[in-house]
Amino acid sequence: MTSPTDAVSAPSTPPGTRRATGARFAVFWGAPPLIWQLAFFLVPLGFLVAMTFWSVKNFRLAPDSTLANWIFILNAGFFRSAYVYTFWLSALTAVLASLIAFPAAYTLAYKVSPATRRFMIFMLVVPFFTSYPVRIYSTQIFFSPQGIINTVLTPLGLGPLQVLNTATGTIVGYMVLVLPLVVLLQTFALSNVPRILIEAAHNLGCGRLRTILTVIIPSARIGLIVAGTFAFVLAFGDYVAPVYLGGSKPPTLSILIADQVKSGNNWPRASVVAVTMIVTLMTVMLVMLGLAYGKRGAKR
Amino acid sequence: MTPPDEPITDFRALLHPMNRRRLLQGAAGLAGAAALGSSLPEPAYAQDKVLNLLSWPGHADPAVVKPFEDKYGVKVVAKEYVGGEPMLALMNQSPPGSFDVVLADAEYIGMLKEGGFIDKLNPADYSFADYWPEFQKFEPHWPGGELYSVLIRFGYLGIAYRTDVLTEADVKSYKVLWDPKIKGKLGFFDWYLPTMGCLSLYNGNKPPFDISDAAFGKLKETLFSLKPQASGFYSMADQFSMLTNGTAAAIPGVGDWVVLLLQKNGVPVSATVPDEGGIQWTESMSIVSSSPKKDLAKAFIQYMSSAEGQVRSAHMPAYWASIPNKKGWELLNKDFPADAKALRHTFDARNVMDEYKDGKIFIRKTPVKQSIEAWNDVWSEFKAM
Repeated sequence: MTSPTDAVSAPSTPPGTRRATGARFAVFWGAPPLIWQLAFFLVPLGFLVAMTFWSVKNFRLAPDSTLANWIFILNAGFFRSAYVYTFWLSALTAVLASLIAFPAAYTLAYKVSPATRRFMIFMLVVPFFTSYPVRIYSTQIFFSPQGIINTVLTPLGLGPLQVLNTATGTIVGYMVLVLPLVVLLQTFALSNVPRILIEAAHNLGCGRLRTILTVIIPSARIGLIVAGTFAFVLAFGDYVAPVYLGGSKPPTLSILIADQVKSGNNWPRASVVAVTMIVTLMTVMLVMLGLAYGKRGAKR
Repeated sequence: MTPPDEPITDFRALLHPMNRRRLLQGAAGLAGAAALGSSLPEPAYAQDKVLNLLSWPGHADPAVVKPFEDKYGVKVVAKEYVGGEPMLALMNQSPPGSFDVVLADAEYIGMLKEGGFIDKLNPADYSFADYWPEFQKFEPHWPGGELYSVLIRFGYLGIAYRTDVLTEADVKSYKVLWDPKIKGKLGFFDWYLPTMGCLSLYNGNKPPFDISDAAFGKLKETLFSLKPQASGFYSMADQFSMLTNGTAAAIPGVGDWVVLLLQKNGVPVSATVPDEGGIQWTESMSIVSSSPKKDLAKAFIQYMSSAEGQVRSAHMPAYWASIPNKKGWELLNKDFPADAKALRHTFDARNVMDEYKDGKIFIRKTPVKQSIEAWNDVWSEFKAM
């Protein structure tokens, strides 16, 4: 989000009038997204937090100031296991997606012609043309016991492959969601590494792998970490993949939210889960950004 | 995947009402805003030409309601829910006048009446004389001796299973749920009530929902011992696809409503009520107290309980069900003999009414001695094991 303050401080030395015009200009164009965020993110977030202290009587929400929801959820075995499971699976997704995406991003950034790159980037955007739930449903066809993959594997004496209703299924779904995005972000990150650094490394006799490890990855670190963090954030909150490919077995935090609402209209308990998720994501973001922009990055 | 003539999609039935719209509603409710009108279905017609129905998925299908719409020049618009608790939540949260007719399961009629959400009905308005005697005065619909709801359809819940994995002899008892043959292939309908009811019957609790805390503790153990068998927890539509593709070889707590459509599509599935007994589910219609169109609402319930409405409801495209109207049975046998046979609604063979008379069928109820929440929490725990 570009806030008006960035824009205001950007023009450096002009006289007062020009500065005032610039500020007005920035406020005019910068305010709408800010107001939008305020109205549709901050305000609901405030409600969400407030609601964690409410109670439910006869399926009706009643304003209250009870800690019961927090105590119940944080002590519930099913919440703790769902938390660990969701965190672990999302972290795994982030790492796997980053590893799988890197060779593709490397190829796109350095090894293909600009025309090919443009085409491939376009192809990476194409999946977003279809709604994500539909993509997940079509993945079911591939992995069902009599699905496309098992039909091919069975005559070869391999399989049947059990993917639906397992953690693997959930990971596959997460990959469907995040992989194109991670490849894109990594490609942009790698494309921004100054060519001159890579050439210098080659001139100094640095091998290909060593160039990647000591020049390219450190230089593109911010983009690479942001890409992985995005993958984590998207997977952590996803509801569709764990339900339709993971069979809710075991449930992730997002499923827990739906369950709490579905079974007893228990919005307060669902809010506790949601707030815990938000706090977790904020912490993860801060840690990852610290890692990305931290001291060791100062080399560049 | 879901059968081609299967109009339920999870995303219509579950995601939208559950997550998006109701998230908005929750936020709006919090803000204390009177802007809850957004929860109404989009009016494709002028409001006075619409009958607003709150129901399980599929009940406003043109295949069911077209003759009524044509006769009265109105459009039946449904807000769909999955599970009794979401229905109660919607009734509680929606502004007055949002719905004219609510379709609910018997166990929730008492709660709807208590909440002042539904009107008392005049029995003379409806064709109960055409109903099977067992259903002419269906007890849960008469809280305090007054009629509040008209039975539209019902079915029995036991075990649904793939016939290429399990035999008829296998499924004589709920014991089969622990059978090594279906290890990792036991699916669950993601709703605590029917599954836990069937397991309560397996534990010998009759009636299954009115049980002591000790029996409830034992039920919890019984349920948890099924975890190693579990394949997954499915929404309404996912059950169809998981039985079809074989990921689930058996699902307890469901019945004909899941398998009849699949059989029609050639999937080797069947449903049975094991010896320990089965649960009866019902769907009935009531007039919503805050409805501004009560005459139209009454006419709609009259239509749905008439022979024609009953036949259309019996083989509703979303999921089939048994019907309580004997005249409806006759019409079904005349116009759709094959469907009557599949539904076991014939007069010359053993039919669903005979099964009812066997005394193995228990009406589904919400927990009597424990809270709904207590049962729900056990279910949440089971899912997370």
